[in-house]
Amino acid sequence: MAELSVSTESLKPSVKSGSAVRFQIPYGTWGLRFAALCYLTACVIIPLIVIHVEGFRYGLDVFIQSVTRPAALRAVGLTLWTSALMTVINVIMGTLTAYVLVSYKFPGKAILNTLIDLPFAIPTLVTGVMLVLLYGPQTAIGGFFETQLGIRILFAPPGIVLALLFISYPFVVRTVQPVLMQLDVDQQEVAYTLGASPLRTFRRVILPAIRPAIITGGLLTFARALGEFGSVVIVAGNIPMRTQVASVYIYAQVEAGDMQAASGVSVILLLIAFGITLGVDFLQRRNPTHA
Amino acid sequence: MREVKLRSPLQFMLVGIVLLYAGGLIIAPIAAIVQGAFGKGLDGLFAALTEPDVIHAFQVTLFLSIIAALVNLVAGVVLAWVLVRHQFPGKRLLSALVDAPFIISPVIIGYVLIVLFGRQGWINIPGIQIAFALPGMLIATIIVSMPFVTREVMPVLANLGPEQEEGAYTLGANRWLTFWRIVLPEIRWSLLYGLALTFARALGEFGAVVVVGGAIQGYSESATVYVFRALNDRNKIGAYGVSIVLALLSVVLLMGMEQFKRRPKTLDVIQEEVQDVDFIGTSN
Repeated sequence: MAELSVSTESLKPSVKSGSAVRFQIPYGTWGLRFAALCYLTACVIIPLIVIHVEGFRYGLDVFIQSVTRPAALRAVGLTLWTSALMTVINVIMGTLTAYVLVSYKFPGKAILNTLIDLPFAIPTLVTGVMLVLLYGPQTAIGGFFETQLGIRILFAPPGIVLALLFISYPFVVRTVQPVLMQLDVDQQEVAYTLGASPLRTFRRVILPAIRPAIITGGLLTFARALGEFGSVVIVAGNIPMRTQVASVYIYAQVEAGDMQAASGVSVILLLIAFGITLGVDFLQRRNPTHA
Repeated sequence: MREVKLRSPLQFMLVGIVLLYAGGLIIAPIAAIVQGAFGKGLDGLFAALTEPDVIHAFQVTLFLSIIAALVNLVAGVVLAWVLVRHQFPGKRLLSALVDAPFIISPVIIGYVLIVLFGRQGWINIPGIQIAFALPGMLIATIIVSMPFVTREVMPVLANLGPEQEEGAYTLGANRWLTFWRIVLPEIRWSLLYGLALTFARALGEFGAVVVVGGAIQGYSESATVYVFRALNDRNKIGAYGVSIVLALLSVVLLMGMEQFKRRPKTLDVIQEEVQDVDFIGTSN
Protein backbone atom coordinates (compact mmCIF):
# COMPACT_ATOMS: atom_id res chain seq x y z
CA MET A 1 0.00 0.00 0.00
CA ALA A 2 2.99 2.29 0.43
CA GLU A 3 3.39 2.86 -3.30
CA LEU A 4 -0.29 3.71 -3.57
CA SER A 5 -0.08 6.67 -1.24
CA VAL A 6 3.07 7.87 -2.96
CA SER A 7 1.47 7.73 -6.37
CA THR A 8 -1.74 9.51 -5.37
CA GLU A 9 0.21 12.25 -3.57
CA SER A 10 2.25 13.08 -6.59
CA LEU A 11 -0.68 12.79 -8.96
CA LYS A 12 -1.91 16.27 -8.20
CA PRO A 13 0.38 18.29 -10.46
CA SER A 14 -0.32 16.08 -13.46
CA VAL A 15 -4.05 16.40 -12.91
CA LYS A 16 -3.76 20.16 -12.83
CA SER A 17 -1.75 20.28 -15.99
CA GLY A 18 -3.96 17.69 -17.71
CA SER A 19 -7.08 18.42 -19.68
CA ALA A 20 -10.13 19.95 -18.04
CA VAL A 21 -12.19 16.86 -18.65
CA ARG A 22 -9.83 14.74 -16.60
CA PHE A 23 -10.01 17.20 -13.75
CA GLN A 24 -13.79 16.99 -13.64
CA ILE A 25 -13.88 13.24 -12.97
CA PRO A 26 -10.80 12.40 -11.01
CA TYR A 27 -12.57 9.60 -9.12
CA GLY A 28 -12.62 7.43 -12.23
CA THR A 29 -8.92 7.99 -12.77
CA TRP A 30 -8.10 7.22 -9.16
CA GLY A 31 -10.37 4.21 -9.10
CA LEU A 32 -8.74 2.86 -12.24
CA ARG A 33 -5.27 3.42 -10.88
CA PHE A 34 -6.21 1.85 -7.57
CA ALA A 35 -7.66 -1.20 -9.35
CA ALA A 36 -4.56 -1.59 -11.53
CA LEU A 37 -2.21 -1.33 -8.57
CA CYS A 38 -4.26 -3.81 -6.55
CA TYR A 39 -4.09 -6.30 -9.43
CA LEU A 40 -0.33 -5.91 -9.77
CA THR A 41 0.12 -6.04 -6.00
CA ALA A 42 -1.90 -9.21 -5.63
CA CYS A 43 -0.29 -11.00 -8.57
CA VAL A 44 3.35 -9.96 -8.18
CA ILE A 45 4.25 -7.82 -5.19
CA ILE A 46 2.57 -9.93 -2.48
CA PRO A 47 4.13 -13.21 -3.72
CA LEU A 48 7.57 -11.57 -3.78
CA ILE A 49 7.13 -10.21 -0.26
CA VAL A 50 5.79 -13.51 1.08
CA ILE A 51 8.76 -15.46 -0.29
CA HIS A 52 11.29 -13.14 1.29
CA VAL A 53 9.50 -12.84 4.62
CA GLU A 54 9.15 -16.61 4.76
CA GLY A 55 12.76 -17.16 3.70
CA PHE A 56 14.22 -14.89 6.39
CA ARG A 57 11.59 -15.61 9.03
CA TYR A 58 13.96 -17.39 11.39
CA GLY A 59 16.92 -15.16 10.72
CA LEU A 60 19.88 -15.18 8.40
CA ASP A 61 21.54 -18.19 10.05
CA VAL A 62 18.59 -20.48 9.44
CA PHE A 63 18.32 -19.15 5.90
CA ILE A 64 21.97 -19.90 5.18
CA GLN A 65 21.61 -23.30 6.82
CA SER A 66 18.61 -24.13 4.64
CA VAL A 67 20.31 -23.17 1.38
CA THR A 68 23.63 -24.85 2.19
CA ARG A 69 22.20 -28.31 2.73
CA PRO A 70 23.92 -30.65 0.28
CA ALA A 71 20.69 -31.48 -1.59
CA ALA A 72 19.83 -27.77 -1.96
CA LEU A 73 23.31 -26.87 -3.18
CA ARG A 74 23.28 -29.75 -5.64
CA ALA A 75 19.83 -28.78 -6.93
CA VAL A 76 20.79 -25.14 -7.47
CA GLY A 77 24.10 -26.17 -9.02
CA LEU A 78 22.42 -28.60 -11.42
CA THR A 79 19.89 -25.93 -12.39
CA LEU A 80 22.61 -23.37 -13.01
CA TRP A 81 24.88 -25.51 -15.16
CA THR A 82 22.16 -27.16 -17.25
CA SER A 83 20.55 -23.76 -17.84
CA ALA A 84 23.92 -22.25 -18.78
CA LEU A 85 24.72 -25.08 -21.19
CA MET A 86 21.26 -24.77 -22.74
CA THR A 87 21.75 -21.01 -23.10
CA VAL A 88 25.05 -21.42 -24.94
CA ILE A 89 23.61 -23.96 -27.40
CA ASN A 90 20.43 -21.96 -27.79
CA VAL A 91 22.26 -18.72 -28.47
CA ILE A 92 24.32 -20.34 -31.23
CA MET A 93 21.47 -22.29 -32.85
CA GLY A 94 18.90 -19.55 -32.29
CA THR A 95 21.11 -16.93 -33.92
CA LEU A 96 21.86 -19.27 -36.82
CA THR A 97 18.14 -19.99 -37.24
CA ALA A 98 17.27 -16.30 -37.23
CA TYR A 99 20.07 -15.60 -39.72
CA VAL A 100 18.96 -18.36 -42.08
CA LEU A 101 15.31 -17.27 -41.85
CA VAL A 102 16.15 -13.67 -42.65
CA SER A 103 18.81 -14.22 -45.30
CA TYR A 104 17.81 -17.13 -47.50
CA LYS A 105 14.91 -18.36 -49.57
CA PHE A 106 14.47 -22.10 -49.29
CA PRO A 107 11.69 -24.66 -49.42
CA GLY A 108 10.07 -25.34 -46.05
CA LYS A 109 10.83 -21.88 -44.74
CA ALA A 110 7.19 -21.11 -43.82
CA ILE A 111 6.97 -24.41 -41.98
CA LEU A 112 10.19 -23.68 -40.10
CA ASN A 113 8.84 -20.28 -39.14
CA THR A 114 5.69 -21.85 -37.70
CA LEU A 115 7.64 -24.63 -36.03
CA ILE A 116 9.70 -22.17 -34.04
CA ASP A 117 6.59 -20.84 -32.31
CA LEU A 118 5.28 -24.29 -31.34
CA PRO A 119 7.21 -24.47 -28.05
CA PHE A 120 5.40 -21.27 -26.98
CA ALA A 121 2.10 -23.05 -27.41
CA ILE A 122 2.83 -26.56 -26.16
CA PRO A 123 2.41 -26.88 -22.36
CA THR A 124 5.81 -27.60 -20.83
CA LEU A 125 4.51 -30.68 -19.03
CA VAL A 126 3.53 -32.06 -22.43
CA THR A 127 7.05 -31.28 -23.64
CA GLY A 128 8.34 -33.50 -20.86
CA VAL A 129 5.98 -36.32 -21.85
CA MET A 130 7.12 -36.03 -25.47
CA LEU A 131 10.77 -36.29 -24.52
CA VAL A 132 10.09 -39.35 -22.35
CA LEU A 133 8.48 -40.99 -25.37
CA LEU A 134 11.37 -40.10 -27.64
CA TYR A 135 14.37 -40.68 -25.41
CA GLY A 136 13.12 -43.12 -22.76
CA PRO A 137 15.29 -46.20 -22.10
CA GLN A 138 12.81 -48.45 -23.90
CA THR A 139 12.70 -46.37 -27.09
CA ALA A 140 14.92 -46.81 -30.10
CA ILE A 141 16.88 -43.61 -29.64
CA GLY A 142 17.13 -43.77 -25.85
CA GLY A 143 18.06 -47.45 -25.98
CA PHE A 144 20.76 -46.80 -28.57
CA PHE A 145 22.35 -44.04 -26.55
CA GLU A 146 22.24 -46.06 -23.36
CA THR A 147 23.51 -49.43 -24.59
CA GLN A 148 25.81 -48.38 -27.43
CA LEU A 149 27.22 -45.11 -26.18
CA GLY A 150 26.66 -45.46 -22.47
CA ILE A 151 24.91 -42.09 -22.29
CA ARG A 152 21.76 -41.85 -20.29
CA ILE A 153 19.45 -39.13 -21.63
CA LEU A 154 16.36 -39.47 -19.51
CA PHE A 155 16.54 -38.99 -15.72
CA ALA A 156 19.93 -37.42 -16.32
CA PRO A 157 21.33 -33.98 -17.20
CA PRO A 158 21.13 -34.45 -21.02
CA GLY A 159 17.34 -34.79 -20.71
CA ILE A 160 17.15 -31.59 -18.68
CA VAL A 161 19.19 -29.69 -21.28
CA LEU A 162 17.03 -31.09 -24.11
CA ALA A 163 13.82 -30.07 -22.36
CA LEU A 164 15.14 -26.57 -21.69
CA LEU A 165 16.34 -26.30 -25.32
CA PHE A 166 12.87 -27.23 -26.57
CA ILE A 167 10.99 -24.72 -24.45
CA SER A 168 13.49 -21.87 -25.03
CA TYR A 169 14.09 -22.24 -28.77
CA PRO A 170 11.76 -19.37 -29.79
CA PHE A 171 13.19 -16.80 -27.40
CA VAL A 172 16.59 -16.14 -28.98
CA VAL A 173 15.25 -16.56 -32.53
CA ARG A 174 12.47 -14.06 -32.02
CA THR A 175 14.75 -11.55 -30.29
CA VAL A 176 17.46 -11.63 -32.97
CA GLN A 177 15.22 -11.92 -36.04
CA PRO A 178 13.73 -8.38 -36.04
CA VAL A 179 17.18 -6.86 -35.52
CA LEU A 180 18.60 -8.83 -38.43
CA MET A 181 15.71 -7.79 -40.63
CA GLN A 182 16.53 -4.17 -40.04
CA LEU A 183 20.22 -4.50 -40.82
CA ASP A 184 21.56 -2.47 -43.66
CA VAL A 185 22.30 -4.57 -46.74
CA ASP A 186 24.79 -1.96 -47.95
CA GLN A 187 27.33 -2.65 -45.25
CA GLN A 188 27.45 -6.34 -46.05
CA GLU A 189 27.72 -5.67 -49.76
CA VAL A 190 30.54 -3.24 -49.16
CA ALA A 191 32.28 -5.88 -47.09
CA TYR A 192 31.86 -8.46 -49.88
CA THR A 193 33.02 -5.97 -52.51
CA LEU A 194 36.12 -5.30 -50.47
CA GLY A 195 36.83 -9.01 -50.62
CA ALA A 196 35.73 -10.14 -47.17
CA SER A 197 34.65 -13.75 -46.87
CA PRO A 198 31.09 -14.53 -45.70
CA LEU A 199 32.43 -15.65 -42.35
CA ARG A 200 34.48 -12.50 -41.93
CA THR A 201 31.50 -10.37 -42.97
CA PHE A 202 29.37 -12.12 -40.38
CA ARG A 203 31.95 -11.66 -37.67
CA ARG A 204 32.87 -8.07 -38.39
CA VAL A 205 29.66 -6.54 -39.79
CA ILE A 206 26.62 -8.54 -38.72
CA LEU A 207 27.64 -9.89 -35.33
CA PRO A 208 28.45 -6.50 -33.74
CA ALA A 209 25.02 -5.23 -34.77
CA ILE A 210 23.09 -8.16 -33.36
CA ARG A 211 25.25 -8.81 -30.31
CA PRO A 212 23.05 -6.83 -27.86
CA ALA A 213 19.95 -8.71 -29.04
CA ILE A 214 21.76 -12.03 -28.68
CA ILE A 215 22.88 -11.18 -25.15
CA THR A 216 19.40 -10.00 -24.16
CA GLY A 217 17.74 -13.07 -25.63
CA GLY A 218 20.30 -15.37 -24.03
CA LEU A 219 20.03 -13.85 -20.57
CA LEU A 220 16.23 -13.88 -20.60
CA THR A 221 16.27 -17.49 -21.76
CA PHE A 222 18.60 -18.35 -18.89
CA ALA A 223 16.43 -16.52 -16.34
CA ARG A 224 13.33 -18.38 -17.47
CA ALA A 225 15.04 -21.74 -17.57
CA LEU A 226 16.01 -21.41 -13.90
CA GLY A 227 12.39 -21.73 -12.80
CA GLU A 228 11.23 -24.30 -15.35
CA PHE A 229 9.29 -27.10 -13.71
CA GLY A 230 6.73 -28.93 -15.85
CA SER A 231 9.06 -30.42 -18.43
CA VAL A 232 12.02 -30.98 -16.12
CA VAL A 233 10.10 -32.81 -13.39
CA ILE A 234 9.12 -35.39 -16.01
CA VAL A 235 12.42 -35.85 -17.84
CA ALA A 236 14.70 -35.54 -14.81
CA GLY A 237 12.62 -37.16 -12.15
CA ASN A 238 12.94 -36.36 -8.51
CA ILE A 239 16.08 -38.03 -7.21
CA PRO A 240 17.76 -35.80 -4.57
CA MET A 241 21.46 -35.12 -5.12
CA ARG A 242 21.30 -36.51 -8.64
CA THR A 243 18.55 -35.30 -10.94
CA GLN A 244 16.68 -32.87 -8.74
CA VAL A 245 16.78 -29.32 -10.13
CA ALA A 246 15.96 -26.32 -7.96
CA SER A 247 12.26 -26.04 -8.86
CA VAL A 248 11.74 -29.76 -8.28
CA TYR A 249 13.62 -29.44 -4.98
CA ILE A 250 11.18 -26.70 -3.91
CA TYR A 251 8.26 -28.89 -4.97
CA ALA A 252 9.60 -31.87 -3.02
CA GLN A 253 10.17 -29.78 0.11
CA VAL A 254 6.66 -28.29 -0.02
CA GLU A 255 5.22 -31.80 -0.42
CA ALA A 256 7.29 -32.93 2.56
CA GLY A 257 6.15 -29.92 4.60
CA ASP A 258 9.65 -28.47 4.97
CA MET A 259 8.68 -24.87 4.26
CA GLN A 260 11.98 -23.37 5.42
CA ALA A 261 13.96 -25.40 2.87
CA ALA A 262 11.49 -24.49 0.13
CA SER A 263 11.58 -20.77 0.82
CA GLY A 264 15.38 -20.62 1.08
CA VAL A 265 15.93 -22.05 -2.38
CA SER A 266 13.04 -19.95 -3.73
CA VAL A 267 14.77 -16.80 -2.52
CA ILE A 268 18.03 -17.87 -4.18
CA LEU A 269 16.29 -18.64 -7.49
CA LEU A 270 14.43 -15.34 -7.45
CA LEU A 271 17.53 -13.33 -6.60
CA ILE A 272 19.45 -14.85 -9.52
CA ALA A 273 16.57 -14.41 -11.97
CA PHE A 274 15.91 -10.81 -10.94
CA GLY A 275 19.60 -10.01 -10.97
CA ILE A 276 19.72 -11.14 -14.58
CA THR A 277 16.65 -9.16 -15.61
CA LEU A 278 18.13 -6.07 -13.98
CA GLY A 279 21.29 -6.71 -16.00
CA VAL A 280 19.25 -6.94 -19.19
CA ASP A 281 17.46 -3.73 -18.31
CA PHE A 282 20.81 -2.04 -17.76
CA LEU A 283 22.12 -3.29 -21.12
CA GLN A 284 19.01 -2.11 -22.90
CA ARG A 285 19.27 1.34 -21.42
CA ARG A 286 22.93 1.59 -22.34
CA ASN A 287 22.27 0.43 -25.87
CA PRO A 288 18.65 1.31 -26.63
CA THR A 289 18.85 1.08 -30.42
CA HIS A 290 19.67 -2.60 -30.63
CA ALA A 291 18.67 -4.42 -27.51
CA MET B 1 18.54 -7.55 -44.90
CA ARG B 2 17.49 -9.05 -48.19
CA GLU B 3 16.54 -12.64 -48.88
CA VAL B 4 18.70 -14.43 -51.40
CA LYS B 5 18.41 -17.82 -53.07
CA LEU B 6 20.79 -20.51 -51.89
CA ARG B 7 23.97 -20.62 -53.99
CA SER B 8 27.13 -21.58 -52.20
CA PRO B 9 27.70 -24.89 -50.37
CA LEU B 10 28.11 -22.93 -47.15
CA GLN B 11 24.61 -21.54 -47.49
CA PHE B 12 23.15 -24.98 -48.18
CA MET B 13 25.00 -26.29 -45.18
CA LEU B 14 23.70 -23.54 -42.86
CA VAL B 15 20.09 -24.11 -43.93
CA GLY B 16 20.57 -27.86 -43.60
CA ILE B 17 21.92 -27.53 -40.06
CA VAL B 18 18.99 -25.37 -39.00
CA LEU B 19 16.39 -27.67 -40.56
CA LEU B 20 17.99 -30.71 -38.95
CA TYR B 21 18.20 -29.00 -35.58
CA ALA B 22 14.59 -27.78 -35.64
CA GLY B 23 13.41 -31.14 -36.94
CA GLY B 24 15.27 -33.09 -34.28
CA LEU B 25 14.42 -30.74 -31.47
CA ILE B 26 10.75 -30.09 -32.22
CA ILE B 27 9.28 -32.44 -34.84
CA ALA B 28 10.75 -35.68 -33.46
CA PRO B 29 9.21 -35.32 -29.98
CA ILE B 30 5.83 -34.36 -31.48
CA ALA B 31 5.93 -37.37 -33.77
CA ALA B 32 6.86 -39.57 -30.82
CA ILE B 33 3.86 -38.49 -28.76
CA VAL B 34 1.43 -38.88 -31.65
CA GLN B 35 2.73 -42.39 -32.22
CA GLY B 36 2.53 -43.13 -28.50
CA ALA B 37 -1.05 -41.92 -28.11
CA PHE B 38 -2.27 -44.09 -30.98
CA GLY B 39 -0.34 -47.09 -29.62
CA LYS B 40 -3.58 -48.92 -28.81
CA GLY B 41 -5.44 -47.60 -31.81
CA LEU B 42 -8.16 -44.99 -32.02
CA ASP B 43 -10.47 -47.02 -29.77
CA GLY B 44 -7.90 -47.23 -27.00
CA LEU B 45 -7.32 -43.48 -27.20
CA PHE B 46 -11.05 -42.79 -27.17
CA ALA B 47 -11.58 -45.04 -24.18
CA ALA B 48 -8.74 -43.33 -22.30
CA LEU B 49 -10.11 -39.88 -23.04
CA THR B 50 -13.67 -40.65 -21.92
CA GLU B 51 -12.75 -41.90 -18.46
CA PRO B 52 -14.63 -39.97 -15.75
CA ASP B 53 -11.38 -38.70 -14.20
CA VAL B 54 -10.22 -37.36 -17.56
CA ILE B 55 -13.49 -35.59 -18.24
CA HIS B 56 -13.44 -34.10 -14.77
CA ALA B 57 -9.84 -32.98 -15.22
CA PHE B 58 -10.69 -31.23 -18.48
CA GLN B 59 -13.69 -29.57 -16.83
CA VAL B 60 -11.42 -28.26 -14.08
CA THR B 61 -8.85 -27.03 -16.64
CA LEU B 62 -11.48 -25.31 -18.79
CA PHE B 63 -13.07 -23.70 -15.76
CA LEU B 64 -9.71 -22.39 -14.51
CA SER B 65 -8.60 -21.22 -17.96
CA ILE B 66 -11.83 -19.43 -18.86
CA ILE B 67 -12.12 -17.57 -15.56
CA ALA B 68 -8.40 -16.75 -15.52
CA ALA B 69 -8.56 -15.47 -19.09
CA LEU B 70 -11.58 -13.27 -18.35
CA VAL B 71 -10.10 -11.85 -15.14
CA ASN B 72 -6.80 -11.14 -16.84
CA LEU B 73 -8.58 -9.66 -19.85
CA VAL B 74 -10.39 -7.00 -17.82
CA ALA B 75 -7.68 -6.37 -15.23
CA GLY B 76 -4.94 -6.54 -17.88
CA VAL B 77 -6.53 -3.79 -19.96
CA VAL B 78 -6.95 -1.61 -16.88
CA LEU B 79 -3.33 -2.19 -15.90
CA ALA B 80 -2.07 -1.50 -19.43
CA TRP B 81 -4.15 1.66 -19.53
CA VAL B 82 -2.82 2.94 -16.22
CA LEU B 83 0.79 2.07 -17.08
CA VAL B 84 0.62 3.78 -20.48
CA ARG B 85 -1.70 6.75 -19.96
CA HIS B 86 -1.15 7.75 -16.35
CA GLN B 87 1.93 9.53 -15.08
CA PHE B 88 3.15 8.69 -11.60
CA PRO B 89 6.43 7.96 -9.87
CA GLY B 90 7.45 4.32 -9.77
CA LYS B 91 5.77 3.64 -13.09
CA ARG B 92 8.94 2.24 -14.61
CA LEU B 93 9.40 -0.21 -11.76
CA LEU B 94 5.77 -1.31 -11.94
CA SER B 95 6.03 -1.84 -15.71
CA ALA B 96 9.05 -4.06 -15.11
CA LEU B 97 7.13 -6.03 -12.47
CA VAL B 98 4.44 -6.96 -14.99
CA ASP B 99 6.88 -9.47 -16.49
CA ALA B 100 7.75 -11.03 -13.13
CA PRO B 101 5.35 -14.02 -13.45
CA PHE B 102 7.37 -15.03 -16.53
CA ILE B 103 10.49 -15.58 -14.50
CA ILE B 104 9.09 -16.58 -11.10
CA SER B 105 8.94 -20.36 -11.10
CA PRO B 106 5.31 -21.56 -11.08
CA VAL B 107 6.24 -23.85 -8.18
CA ILE B 108 7.16 -20.77 -6.16
CA ILE B 109 3.76 -19.22 -6.93
CA GLY B 110 2.02 -22.36 -5.72
CA TYR B 111 4.21 -22.41 -2.64
CA VAL B 112 3.37 -18.77 -1.84
CA LEU B 113 -0.33 -19.57 -2.00
CA ILE B 114 0.19 -22.49 0.41
CA VAL B 115 2.02 -20.15 2.79
CA LEU B 116 -0.85 -17.66 2.55
CA PHE B 117 -3.84 -19.98 2.57
CA GLY B 118 -2.57 -23.36 3.78
CA ARG B 119 -3.33 -25.05 7.10
CA GLN B 120 -1.19 -22.75 9.22
CA GLY B 121 -1.47 -20.02 6.60
CA TRP B 122 -1.32 -16.27 7.11
CA ILE B 123 -4.88 -15.81 5.92
CA ASN B 124 -7.74 -18.00 7.07
CA ILE B 125 -11.22 -17.34 5.80
CA PRO B 126 -13.66 -19.50 7.76
CA GLY B 127 -15.87 -21.61 5.54
CA ILE B 128 -13.84 -21.10 2.37
CA GLN B 129 -11.17 -23.59 1.49
CA ILE B 130 -8.60 -21.93 -0.81
CA ALA B 131 -5.49 -24.08 -0.69
CA PHE B 132 -5.94 -27.70 -1.84
CA ALA B 133 -9.11 -26.62 -3.64
CA LEU B 134 -10.25 -24.89 -6.80
CA PRO B 135 -10.07 -21.27 -5.53
CA GLY B 136 -6.35 -21.63 -4.85
CA MET B 137 -5.78 -23.21 -8.25
CA LEU B 138 -7.71 -20.38 -9.85
CA ILE B 139 -5.59 -17.72 -8.12
CA ALA B 140 -2.44 -19.60 -9.20
CA THR B 141 -3.64 -19.79 -12.81
CA ILE B 142 -4.51 -16.09 -12.85
CA ILE B 143 -1.05 -15.15 -11.57
CA VAL B 144 0.98 -17.28 -13.97
CA SER B 145 -1.01 -16.12 -17.01
CA MET B 146 -1.15 -12.52 -15.90
CA PRO B 147 1.36 -10.66 -18.11
CA PHE B 148 0.05 -11.52 -21.59
CA VAL B 149 -2.91 -9.18 -22.05
CA THR B 150 -1.07 -6.24 -20.49
CA ARG B 151 2.05 -6.90 -22.57
CA GLU B 152 0.10 -7.18 -25.83
CA VAL B 153 -2.05 -4.11 -25.24
CA MET B 154 0.60 -1.71 -23.85
CA PRO B 155 2.55 -1.10 -27.09
CA VAL B 156 -0.64 -0.59 -29.11
CA LEU B 157 -1.98 1.90 -26.58
CA ALA B 158 1.35 3.70 -26.52
CA ASN B 159 1.36 3.91 -30.32
CA LEU B 160 -2.22 5.09 -30.43
CA GLY B 161 -1.44 8.27 -28.52
CA PRO B 162 -4.06 10.16 -26.52
CA GLU B 163 -5.03 12.55 -29.38
CA GLN B 164 -8.09 10.66 -30.63
CA GLU B 165 -9.37 10.14 -27.12
CA GLU B 166 -8.90 13.81 -26.32
CA GLY B 167 -10.77 14.63 -29.51
CA ALA B 168 -13.65 12.45 -28.38
CA TYR B 169 -13.68 14.10 -24.94
CA THR B 170 -13.74 17.52 -26.59
CA LEU B 171 -16.74 16.45 -28.62
CA GLY B 172 -18.49 15.59 -25.37
CA ALA B 173 -18.06 11.82 -25.23
CA ASN B 174 -17.63 10.42 -21.75
CA ARG B 175 -14.84 8.00 -20.83
CA TRP B 176 -16.90 4.89 -21.25
CA LEU B 177 -18.14 5.87 -24.70
CA THR B 178 -14.64 6.93 -25.71
CA PHE B 179 -13.26 3.59 -24.62
CA TRP B 180 -15.88 1.60 -26.51
CA ARG B 181 -15.85 3.67 -29.68
CA ILE B 182 -12.27 4.91 -29.97
CA VAL B 183 -9.92 2.77 -27.92
CA LEU B 184 -11.44 -0.70 -28.08
CA PRO B 185 -11.62 -0.90 -31.91
CA GLU B 186 -7.93 -0.02 -32.02
CA ILE B 187 -6.74 -2.50 -29.44
CA ARG B 188 -9.16 -5.34 -30.21
CA TRP B 189 -6.68 -7.53 -32.15
CA SER B 190 -3.92 -7.27 -29.62
CA LEU B 191 -6.54 -7.84 -26.94
CA LEU B 192 -7.75 -11.03 -28.62
CA TYR B 193 -4.21 -12.23 -29.13
CA GLY B 194 -3.37 -11.51 -25.51
CA LEU B 195 -6.51 -13.38 -24.50
CA ALA B 196 -5.50 -16.40 -26.59
CA LEU B 197 -2.01 -16.40 -25.07
CA THR B 198 -3.48 -16.15 -21.58
CA PHE B 199 -5.88 -19.00 -22.24
CA ALA B 200 -3.18 -21.22 -23.76
CA ARG B 201 -0.84 -20.56 -20.84
CA ALA B 202 -3.63 -21.32 -18.36
CA LEU B 203 -4.49 -24.58 -20.15
CA GLY B 204 -0.95 -25.84 -19.79
CA GLU B 205 -0.18 -24.62 -16.29
CA PHE B 206 1.12 -27.37 -14.07
CA GLY B 207 3.66 -26.38 -11.39
CA ALA B 208 1.54 -23.82 -9.58
CA VAL B 209 -1.73 -25.78 -9.63
CA VAL B 210 -0.17 -29.07 -8.59
CA VAL B 211 1.43 -27.43 -5.55
CA VAL B 212 -1.52 -25.35 -4.38
CA GLY B 213 -4.21 -27.81 -5.44
CA GLY B 214 -2.58 -30.78 -3.76
CA ALA B 215 -3.44 -33.06 -6.72
CA ILE B 216 -6.46 -34.69 -5.09
CA GLN B 217 -7.73 -37.27 -7.54
CA GLY B 218 -11.09 -36.42 -9.07
CA TYR B 219 -11.23 -33.15 -7.15
CA SER B 220 -8.37 -30.68 -7.49
CA GLU B 221 -6.97 -32.43 -10.53
CA SER B 222 -6.60 -30.39 -13.72
CA ALA B 223 -5.68 -31.96 -17.06
CA THR B 224 -1.94 -31.44 -16.58
CA VAL B 225 -2.09 -32.83 -13.04
CA TYR B 226 -3.96 -35.84 -14.43
CA VAL B 227 -1.15 -36.40 -16.96
CA PHE B 228 1.37 -36.35 -14.13
CA ARG B 229 -0.58 -38.94 -12.13
CA ALA B 230 -1.26 -41.10 -15.19
CA LEU B 231 2.48 -41.19 -15.93
CA ASN B 232 3.24 -42.29 -12.38
CA ASP B 233 0.48 -44.92 -12.55
CA ARG B 234 1.87 -46.16 -15.88
CA ASN B 235 -1.47 -45.34 -17.52
CA LYS B 236 0.38 -44.48 -20.71
CA ILE B 237 -2.45 -44.00 -23.18
CA GLY B 238 -4.25 -41.73 -20.72
CA ALA B 239 -1.14 -39.60 -20.19
CA TYR B 240 -0.29 -39.34 -23.89
CA GLY B 241 -3.89 -38.80 -24.98
CA VAL B 242 -4.59 -35.98 -22.55
CA SER B 243 -1.18 -34.46 -23.42
CA ILE B 244 -2.03 -34.46 -27.11
CA VAL B 245 -5.44 -32.90 -26.55
CA LEU B 246 -3.86 -30.16 -24.40
CA ALA B 247 -1.13 -29.47 -26.96
CA LEU B 248 -3.60 -29.46 -29.85
CA LEU B 249 -5.95 -27.07 -28.07
CA SER B 250 -3.27 -24.47 -27.42
CA VAL B 251 -1.46 -24.89 -30.74
CA VAL B 252 -4.69 -24.56 -32.76
CA LEU B 253 -5.73 -21.59 -30.65
CA LEU B 254 -2.45 -19.72 -31.07
CA MET B 255 -1.86 -20.60 -34.71
CA GLY B 256 -5.43 -19.63 -35.51
CA MET B 257 -5.00 -16.28 -33.80
CA GLU B 258 -1.74 -15.74 -35.63
CA GLN B 259 -3.41 -16.30 -39.00
CA PHE B 260 -6.27 -14.08 -37.98
CA LYS B 261 -3.84 -11.38 -37.01
CA ARG B 262 -1.93 -11.62 -40.26
CA ARG B 263 -4.88 -11.52 -42.64
CA PRO B 264 -5.56 -7.91 -43.57
CA LYS B 265 -9.22 -7.47 -44.43
CA THR B 266 -10.12 -3.88 -43.89
CA LEU B 267 -8.20 -0.67 -43.93
CA ASP B 268 -8.06 -0.39 -40.15
CA VAL B 269 -6.56 -3.87 -39.88
CA ILE B 270 -3.87 -2.87 -42.37
CA GLN B 271 -3.18 0.29 -40.43
CA GLU B 272 -2.91 -1.75 -37.28
CA GLU B 273 -0.39 -4.06 -38.89
CA VAL B 274 1.66 -1.08 -39.92
CA GLN B 275 1.61 -0.03 -36.28
CA ASP B 276 2.71 -3.50 -35.24
CA VAL B 277 5.67 -3.26 -37.57
CA ASP B 278 6.50 0.14 -36.14
CA PHE B 279 6.43 -1.31 -32.68
CA ILE B 280 8.91 -4.04 -33.56
CA GLY B 281 11.16 -1.42 -35.06
CA THR B 282 11.16 0.99 -32.16
CA SER B 283 11.18 -1.30 -29.17
CA ASN B 284 13.47 -4.05 -30.24
